[in-house]
Amino acid sequence: MASLAARNGGSRRDQRPLKKRLADASAPYLYSAPALILIVTVMLVPLVLGISYAFRDIQLLNPFSGGFIGLDHFKTLSQDQNFYRALKNTLWWTGWSVLLQFVFGLILALLLDKPFYGRAIVQALVFLPWAVPSFLAGLNWAWLFNPVVGPIPHWLFALGLMSEPYNILSDPQLSMWGPIIANVWWGIPFFAITLLAALQAIPRDLYEAASIDGAGPVQRFISITLPFLAPTIAITVLLRTVWISNFADLIIVMTNGGPADRSQIVASYIFTQAFKRLDFGYASAIALVLLVLLITYSMLIVVLRQWLLSKD
Amino acid sequence: MTAKRIASVVAHRLAILAYVAFALFPLYWLLKVSVTPNKLLYSEGIKMWPSRTSFEHFEFVLKHSDFPVFFKNSLIVSGSTAIIVTVLASLAGYAMSRFDFRGKYWIVTLMLLTQMFPLVMLVAPIFKILSPLGLTNSLTGLVIVYTAFNVPFATFLMQSFFDGIPKDLEEAAMIDGATQFVAFRQIILPLTLPGIAATLGFVFTAAWSELLFSLMLISGNDAATFPVGLLSFVSKFSVDFGQMMAAGVMALIPACLFFLLIQRYLVQGLTAGAVKG
Amino acid sequence: MASIDIAAIHKSYGIHPVLHGIDLEIKDGEFVVLVGPSGCGKSTLLRMIAGLEAVTDGEIRIDGKRVNDLAPKDRDIAMVFQSYALYPHMSVAKNMSYSLRLRKTAKEKIASVVASAATKLGLDPLMERRPKALSGGQRQRVAMGRAIVREPKAFLFDEPLSNLDARLREQMRAEIKKLHQDLGATSIYVTHDQIEAMTLADRIVAMHGGIIQQVGSPLELYDNPANLFVAGFIGSPGMNFFEGRYLATGDTANFALTGGIVLPLGGTAKLADGSRATLGIRPEHVILGAEGPDTMMATVDLVEPTGFGIIVHLKLGPVAFKAFTLDRRFLGMHGEVAVKLPVPNLHFFNEEGRKV
Repeated sequence: MASLAARNGGSRRDQRPLKKRLADASAPYLYSAPALILIVTVMLVPLVLGISYAFRDIQLLNPFSGGFIGLDHFKTLSQDQNFYRALKNTLWWTGWSVLLQFVFGLILALLLDKPFYGRAIVQALVFLPWAVPSFLAGLNWAWLFNPVVGPIPHWLFALGLMSEPYNILSDPQLSMWGPIIANVWWGIPFFAITLLAALQAIPRDLYEAASIDGAGPVQRFISITLPFLAPTIAITVLLRTVWISNFADLIIVMTNGGPADRSQIVASYIFTQAFKRLDFGYASAIALVLLVLLITYSMLIVVLRQWLLSKD
Repeated sequence: MTAKRIASVVAHRLAILAYVAFALFPLYWLLKVSVTPNKLLYSEGIKMWPSRTSFEHFEFVLKHSDFPVFFKNSLIVSGSTAIIVTVLASLAGYAMSRFDFRGKYWIVTLMLLTQMFPLVMLVAPIFKILSPLGLTNSLTGLVIVYTAFNVPFATFLMQSFFDGIPKDLEEAAMIDGATQFVAFRQIILPLTLPGIAATLGFVFTAAWSELLFSLMLISGNDAATFPVGLLSFVSKFSVDFGQMMAAGVMALIPACLFFLLIQRYLVQGLTAGAVKG
Repeated sequence: MASIDIAAIHKSYGIHPVLHGIDLEIKDGEFVVLVGPSGCGKSTLLRMIAGLEAVTDGEIRIDGKRVNDLAPKDRDIAMVFQSYALYPHMSVAKNMSYSLRLRKTAKEKIASVVASAATKLGLDPLMERRPKALSGGQRQRVAMGRAIVREPKAFLFDEPLSNLDARLREQMRAEIKKLHQDLGATSIYVTHDQIEAMTLADRIVAMHGGIIQQVGSPLELYDNPANLFVAGFIGSPGMNFFEGRYLATGDTANFALTGGIVLPLGGTAKLADGSRATLGIRPEHVILGAEGPDTMMATVDLVEPTGFGIIVHLKLGPVAFKAFTLDRRFLGMHGEVAVKLPVPNLHFFNEEGRKV
């Protein structure tokens, strides 16, 4: 009896009138159409166009440009010392920014996880930098590093770390650290908020059970907190890495890649090529390389994740 | 309380204090310099608070500079972007939350991808596309670009808010005699209002902060947004620190207001943003 | 009030069939309970009647009128949800009057109808509160109030009591029954709780695997279950089952349990000699401390006092079963006890699980 019914049920035709079925099926597409059209025309089309630029000579100020030049840009690129430095700087910038944001963000999250008087206000205050527009954060820190109006060079001088108060942003050896510090200041809240949410999702009774079993605070952290946070940490760090490596605002505002391209990262180098030299072709070629690198990185992560999952 | 416990509490509070100081100090300094009279700016350079304060910089910026125009432009661009994005994202987010349809997987993938690739790639092509349409150097052009950039993230955010509203409520309304649209308007929308406000806030803040595309697309003062104006001001009059910081404080105000508005939704926004990366 | 006819209803999600041809006629004013384990399709059926799920095949008629393609709002039915689905941004009064306001009913009429429903349900002092400020039982009442103000053709209940604690559930169960007696409205009630089904229903529809297993009055299902599923589902503690082989020997018959023990039946059943079958008996029918012929010695495993009675877990060889008794003598029982399975209370199920 059951098998008979199953056979009937499986091959039933939908009885609704055609018009109603069409209306039902198209509803979600109608709802999402405006958003999709916009995304396709303003993001996908330019993306494809940008990839084609990488193989063309496109200079805004040169009316005779526009021709197809094959791999010329990439040949130039392979000899461009500034590009290699920008590549190295990107690693430096991304690595330190993510590491410091994560470490300080985690500590802040742990501090805020404990209830104390005035926690809500403290939370609002320490998360405030996240709301500061990135260009303003950049300018703000640039001013703090400026010996004319900023206190930091004077403090470093007073501590004996500097021979005289000067601006580290104009020091070729140190200029990269200015934007990194601004980025850490600006990005700590992101990590803290995400990790705090993950911390608060850990069932409290686990800690109680562990205490009863005789675990001290350090053991509780290692055996409960860390394993629970691990997935959040992994995904946040990985995604944030991609995001920060593309994040050029602070560098453009604070050092503009200078002095002498010493603090240029790939993303800001692309912007400089497009914005200052108006060489869209070359800018797009660099952008394509960056895209390929990021895709490779993402693939690596996907593979790594698969491997880790299969190990369990 | 044992001594050890007291010590740990004190250490905890001190650490918190250090964080608060680190977070607020730059903003405090911005405010301090903006109210320091020019005469004292150099003589009392690194004093924590000037011996005399004045609003002369604010007065100058408001009366004799283009900043009110920049401010207005930024308000128009960010406000329009926030409203348009929220409308589009509500529709798309509703579809994502309430329907199970074949194209959903592809739409989500597309939206995720747009959040992963470097937007700086699009600077040149977008300029080339908008320029013949007369949309460079125009606020409309900026609104279109910002709307597209923010729609995917806002869609994920709105979807999470819609997901939080039980489907039963809509069904109850439909049994009570409402059409699907009436149920959406009278039941779902009022309940999503906080979410809509949060989305408005997130998008407004994002549009208010955007730098690269406005630098690229805007050249004249008439259509300059706040970041563009402030940066050109910095490169032109790099000695008028007081005025620049006064302008900076002004740029900070709307962002902080919206931060207060969306504070409660930060986690939700950032989880949608974790997708965003 | 209305009758509801369900004819050859099928439902599938994609290629997954959920309901395999349901036929059911519900009379005007009847209280019908759909009961079954989760995933049996009872909620889907209810939601199809409400118009919340599309009908794949078959026909639903309310008062003789086909409603398959009618929107929920045009079917004139009311529904009480498991989650209550009260509108959180409206007061109790606004929740209850929402449907009337959507129908543009006159204000005075709304006021009087809502007031009388509120009085009936004891909600008068709560009318201006928001659902958040109500207890579970109060929310439940508001959900019912929202349904009755409309005087709909039928009430649908989707596990309305499962979010309440045991005592409140008992109380609301009685209130729902009283309400039905007052209003006499056609009601369809979905639950997985067989006690709710037994106490509320005029007729119970037992469902399993997308198929109706048995339809009948509560006692019919209890006394005369059509198959193994119904026998096992209705009643608590559940019916004991013994698997084995039916052995006819002239006037009397025996039942050989898997495990070697042979039960003398003292009568016959409509089963072929030597066929595999299942024997069922309700725990309260097992006689403990029996004397005379046809008794067997069973081992006492565990004694569970429920206060009202005693559940005794027994073992007959390797086969476990339960007995229920009101006799407190058996509280301290251990070791072995003589049991008897009286023939009139035995149920026989053939190899396909159907009752014979």
